[in-house]
This record gives sequence, C-alpha cells and structure tokens, in this order.
Amino acid sequence: MSHFFDLTLNGISAGMIYAAVALGLVLIWRATRVINFAQGSMAMFTTYLAVTLLDRQVGYWEAFVVALLAGLAFGAVVERVFIRPLRGKPEINAVIVTLGLLILLEGLAGAIYGVRNRGFPAAFSQSGLSIGGRRVSFSHFDVFILVAVVALMLSMVVLFRATDLGLRMRASAFAPEMARLAGVRVGRILTLGWAVASFAGSLAGLLVAPTAAFSPDYMDLILVYAFTAAVVGGLDSPAGSLIGGLLTGLALSYVGGYLGSSLEPLGAAAILIVVLGSRPEGLFARPTPRQV
Amino acid sequence: MLEVRELAVSYGAVNALDGVSFSAAPSSITAVLGANGAGKTTLLRAMTGLVHPRAGAVHYDGDDLTALGVEDVVRRGVAHVPAGRGVIDQLTVEENLRLGSLWRRDRVDGRKAMAETYELFPILAERRRKLGATLSGGERQMLAIGRALMSRPRVLLLDEPSLGLAPRVTVELMAVLVDLTPLAALTVILVEQNARSALSIAQRAVVINLGRVVMADTAAAVGADAGLRHHYLGF
Repeated sequence: MSHFFDLTLNGISAGMIYAAVALGLVLIWRATRVINFAQGSMAMFTTYLAVTLLDRQVGYWEAFVVALLAGLAFGAVVERVFIRPLRGKPEINAVIVTLGLLILLEGLAGAIYGVRNRGFPAAFSQSGLSIGGRRVSFSHFDVFILVAVVALMLSMVVLFRATDLGLRMRASAFAPEMARLAGVRVGRILTLGWAVASFAGSLAGLLVAPTAAFSPDYMDLILVYAFTAAVVGGLDSPAGSLIGGLLTGLALSYVGGYLGSSLEPLGAAAILIVVLGSRPEGLFARPTPRQV
Repeated sequence: MLEVRELAVSYGAVNALDGVSFSAAPSSITAVLGANGAGKTTLLRAMTGLVHPRAGAVHYDGDDLTALGVEDVVRRGVAHVPAGRGVIDQLTVEENLRLGSLWRRDRVDGRKAMAETYELFPILAERRRKLGATLSGGERQMLAIGRALMSRPRVLLLDEPSLGLAPRVTVELMAVLVDLTPLAALTVILVEQNARSALSIAQRAVVINLGRVVMADTAAAVGADAGLRHHYLGF
C-alpha cells in the first residue's frame, strides 16, 4: 500500500511536468493546428542557459527567471522567424519545421555544451518529506513543482478568462478571420501565443532538469509523455492539459512501479491508442456543436 | 464618401470581380444584388482586405483601403459582417460583443456601446452569458451586427444578413438597419440575395453579374426595371 502511495506521489509530481509541457503544445495547437515538436528542445535550450549562468555564479533564482524570460522570447522568435513565413501553407510544413528545429537545437546544444549528462541543482531539498513519521517519496522540491505548475495554470485561467488580451487570444485561436474583422492583430497574438507556450515549456524544463539525466536530449521522452497528456486532456483544452498531465503522470508511475520503468514509454503508447480509439477529441475538449 | 473604383479580383484563372465601380454616401443604404456567384461576397472581402484585388482601389476618407491590412481597415471605421459566420461560437454573447470594441481601447465607451447594443437587441442581453454556438439564426445575426456596431463604425458591410432567417426576423432586422443608418451616419453596403427586401430599404442599388456591374442607380429605378429584375434578381 505504501508503495502505491509513493507511486501516486511520484505520478503527481511527474504529471505536473507533463501538464506544463502539454499546456505549451495545446496553446500552439489550438491557435495554429501545429504540433510543436521543438517544444521540449526549446525548453532544453533555455535550461542550458540557466546552467550556464549558474556556472558563472549567478544566483539560482536569477538564473531561473532569466531562463523563463528567455523561453518567452525564444517562443516569439521561433514563431516570427520559422513559423510566420509558412502561414497560409499546409500545417504539415510548419510541423516539419518544428521537427527540424528539434534536431537543430539538440545538435547545437551538444556542440556547445557537450552531450554528457550534467547535474542541474534543485531549488529545494530533494529528500522525501516525513509524513506521520514515515518518509514518503515527495520532497520539498516536488512541492515546489506542484505549486509552480498550479500557479502557471491558474495564471493561464486568469489570462484567458479575465483579460482583454486573453479574449483576443481565444478569438484568434477559434476564428482568426473573425478576430481580424474585429480589429485583433492576429499575427501579434500568434507570436504571443508561441511565447507563452515556450514559457510554459521552459518552466517544465527547469523543474524536471534536477531529476532527469540532464543532457541535450533529456526532454525528448518528456515531450512524448506531454503529448500523451495533451491528447488525453484534449488538444484543444488548456484545462485538459492539467488533468491529462496528472492522469498520464499517475498511469506511467504505476506502470513504471509495478511493471518496470522500461515499460513506461509503452504505457504512454497504450494510453494514446486507447484514448484516440475511444475518445479522439480527448476527455475535456468539447466537440464544437455544428450549425445546421 | 466611399468609392469603389475598377476593383478586380481573380482566384487563379477565374475573374471573380472584373472592374467594379460604384460609390456610396453616408446615411444611406446601398444594396448590392445579383445571383449566386456574381461576386458580391468577394466585393466585400476585397473592400476589407480579406482578399487582395488584382487591380482597382477602394477610396475612403483619403485612404485606399486596398493598401491596408484588415486590422487597419477596421481601424478606419469599416465593420464587416461576413455571411453566416459573424459570430465566434466558442465565446459568449458578451465576449463576442466586447471583442468588437477592444481595439478602440476606450473602456468607458465600450461599456456604453454594449448598453446601446443590448438596447437595440434586448434578446442579446438575456443571452449574454450563453455561448455563441447556442444562439438561433436570428440571434446570431443580431449578435454579428451588434459586434460590428460595438466598434462605432462609419461604414457597415453586411453580407447576406437575411440568410436562413425567418421572414419575420428579416423584417425586424431590416427595420433596425433603417433606423440606425441615419442615426449613426452609416454608409451601409448591403449584400443580399433577397433582392426584394433589400430594395425596400435601400436608397441605391448596384446589380452585379459575373463580376461586372450591370446597373447602378437608385433603388427605385432598379426595382422598376422589369427586365433587370427578371434576368438578375429573380422576382
């Protein structure tokens, strides 16, 4: 039973990471119908930026914030430079470009920083908390992960539901032509969407780096799990990415704990097959009612 | 004065508009009539920059609108209600309306415009929290027009507002237009397949066929031309 409890806690922590990356995927998907395969490697790059700053004796939180802001800027630049010129062309073109970007960024990171695993410090203690005299596999750092991702999700809810900017972003995502006719500068909003998505990814990258084998490809598997989470939650639903992340995190944690960690990727594949077969729109995306 | 001059639009080898010219004055409704595929929708889309014309110009207040992006045409006071698609389904009624006035960055006036819109279309006030997708055809059209009016436009381009509406609702909608046009000094371009109802409220009419202007005159003159009615307007 306590094993189950520990696996649940691990699943929650991992699920938060998947949720943050999934949020980035969802934001871009619903605005542009593009799956950003470079989401993970962009986060990897900004996390390397953080570690470079840490090596130069910059404080942890300064480096953390710089990496997040770099993520924001990186997303905007990628949209402007690589994605914008492909607008009006089939979405698959942009998807291929993000795949190319993934390879490019990982290659660059390997060339600049080397491909070996290197450590990344955690903001808080990574030893398990003590609950009722028993040590559980949930650390101060896991609490931080939980708080950070929930804060990210809540700020997204506020952004989308309570601000004019969020209204512009939703309008641009749902009906770009109508949004333009209402005076929304949809191009700028798309750039901003990529920036926010990349910000979410960067946060995930920083949060997972201390526990992952931090190397240029450390986000690859996480991107796969995050994609699973996004599909589970519904690719059109930012709120679904949180639930999808949690469910995916838990499921993979149980698979890893009971069946062996080498089976986790297969577990993700199984989840994808089941969800796509039974409820392809995901658990939380509402299929849009059709006008008759 | 809004002046369309020799506007030409091609989709590949097809000439959708082939040198269309007409002008429209403030506080007046100009009906643009013609059969399906005559180029009416393309005309409106070219006027707001949704499609780029091959040649010609749309002069308004010293600007050539065809040289501007959609967002900037909107900022010149031109509001376009596309046919059947003027509502964003996933947003609530109130969000759809709010969107219309956002670019003006005048929150006080935005709220005032919202109140006026609800006064004009009381049913929208009742539905304010409902998603656009849940509205009836008539409510959708009211919302689409309401959204356009939220930006306090000077030019209103309406594409088939009566499409799919019950005759009674069409009459109501046309009545609102008749009241509003002089009140807001609007230049209304009304694209309609329902020529009879459009002619009944318009001052001027432009009849288009296969991308060319067949006749541009007062609504009364167009309505009185039996041959024209028979050939192009179907009544």
